Amino acid sequence: MERSNIAATQREAMISLRNLRVSYGEREILHGIGLDVMSGETLVILGGSGSGKSTLLRTLVGLERPSSGEIWLKGKNIAAISSHEMDEIRKKIGMSFQGGALFGSMTVGENVALPLREHTKLEDSTIEIILRLKLDQVGLAGFENYMPSQLSGGMKKRAAVARALAMDPEILFFDEPSAGLDPIIAAGVDQLILELKQAFHMTIIVVTHELASAFLIADRMVLIDKGNVVAIGSMEEMRLSTHPRVRQFLDRIAEPEVSQELDYLQMLTEEHRHPGR
Amino acid sequence: MELTTQIGGSVTDGLAYLGALTSLVGRAAYFTFIAPFQGKPLRLQRAVSQAMQTGVGALPILSLITFFIGLILALQSAYELRKFGALNYVASAVAISMTRELGPLITAIVVIGRSGSAFAAEIGTMKVSEEIDALETMAIDPIHFLVTPKFIAMMVMLPCLTIWANSMGILGGALFGVAQADFTWVRYIQSSLDALFLRDITTGLIKSVMFGVTITAVGCHEGLSTGAGAEQVGRSTTRAVVVSIFLVILVDLVFTALFFFMSERLGL
Repeated sequence: MERSNIAATQREAMISLRNLRVSYGEREILHGIGLDVMSGETLVILGGSGSGKSTLLRTLVGLERPSSGEIWLKGKNIAAISSHEMDEIRKKIGMSFQGGALFGSMTVGENVALPLREHTKLEDSTIEIILRLKLDQVGLAGFENYMPSQLSGGMKKRAAVARALAMDPEILFFDEPSAGLDPIIAAGVDQLILELKQAFHMTIIVVTHELASAFLIADRMVLIDKGNVVAIGSMEEMRLSTHPRVRQFLDRIAEPEVSQELDYLQMLTEEHRHPGR
Repeated sequence: MELTTQIGGSVTDGLAYLGALTSLVGRAAYFTFIAPFQGKPLRLQRAVSQAMQTGVGALPILSLITFFIGLILALQSAYELRKFGALNYVASAVAISMTRELGPLITAIVVIGRSGSAFAAEIGTMKVSEEIDALETMAIDPIHFLVTPKFIAMMVMLPCLTIWANSMGILGGALFGVAQADFTWVRYIQSSLDALFLRDITTGLIKSVMFGVTITAVGCHEGLSTGAGAEQVGRSTTRAVVVSIFLVILVDLVFTALFFFMSERLGL
């Protein structure tokens, strides 16, 4: 924590992307993303459905392999390291998945304790204390013996955050933290992210399409559209941006009807040729 | 031209599938036999609880089915044997066909229905709800964490269940022997034991271990290759059952042929 404090003041890049390209099969999803995430900042990745923002997040945590380009994370290019080295980096990052992704066969406590039991040689009693601390941090004190299926959507998200925090990560990733939650619960999750940011000065990367939430938690934002970075900047810069795509996204203007038949046909066949994702 | 392309296509697909299964088995074998010496301990606790589910849980239904199979076998062989007045050979006919073939096979089929499908459904659901991804981002290898304990459990439990199935089948045959063929229970069991060679039992057990590997590999592979969406879990589960049954029969054929020619050549 002390280190990341110092790092934050120096504003060094925690993650640097250089011309990052990612493909599923023959279809390229990200067309050369370049981006720096500063140490200690909260970066919100905005984008519509199918913009490639989730793919970008999955690539950052090593779930997808880029087809070309570089991802510098903690001084290592994770696009070109062994799976063993990647595992070492993964112990220092935390990821909160959209649906929580808690293991249904384990209690909340076992879920949160899992990374500790796997990667550390801590005594059970120590793990127990860390577990209580983490659950307390996310406002779930006393829930360690519940099964994930007994929790509400918002509580699952919180438990997932507790699990992501278990190893005291330096970087925390959130995939759609408010997806599927009602506005009040979603605000609670935003509040939690703000608290974590203030308490630990962690580098936090959030993928979302919720504007209100983005403007509340972000230090900087980046708008991704069709696999390209459209705009990046502070909230003020984004608000004042005149870029048509940024304006469209921020002002919630509906996508114009596809006017040309050929485009429409191509859109349909694209979908047909590459189902899913 | 069209036909040859199609045949070629399905052959390559089949080989690729077998390749994927082999690589899964290989990685599980690495985590079972090599990784423990490199500081990655085996998950014996998970293997034991898995063994309870696949093994002990299957006992009631397996006992019932193999008891009936033994009874059916006795009835069917008696139909032919009684023409020769050789009803006392019922015991050996049942004992040999149970231990060499039907014990391992019926056990495998029951385990496919109970556990092979459950593996695919469990891992498939975890895939769909991003739990497999979550394991990976926590630097926990899903093969080590989920698949290896299943392999260990199945490779231990299938032979055990097969031995149990063999005994229940012989017991089923004995019911017929005692009721219809002038056997006493003791004499029936005795003539079954006399008819059996050790190799009848060991070849059955070797087959059952291979069945265990096959069922686990297919169930876990189908689960891990589940696409997005809940309906895909159902599809993987069905495929796991169908493919497992097919491959178990195939493995059965290969090993039975192997044992046949081995006994001819080596006099085993």
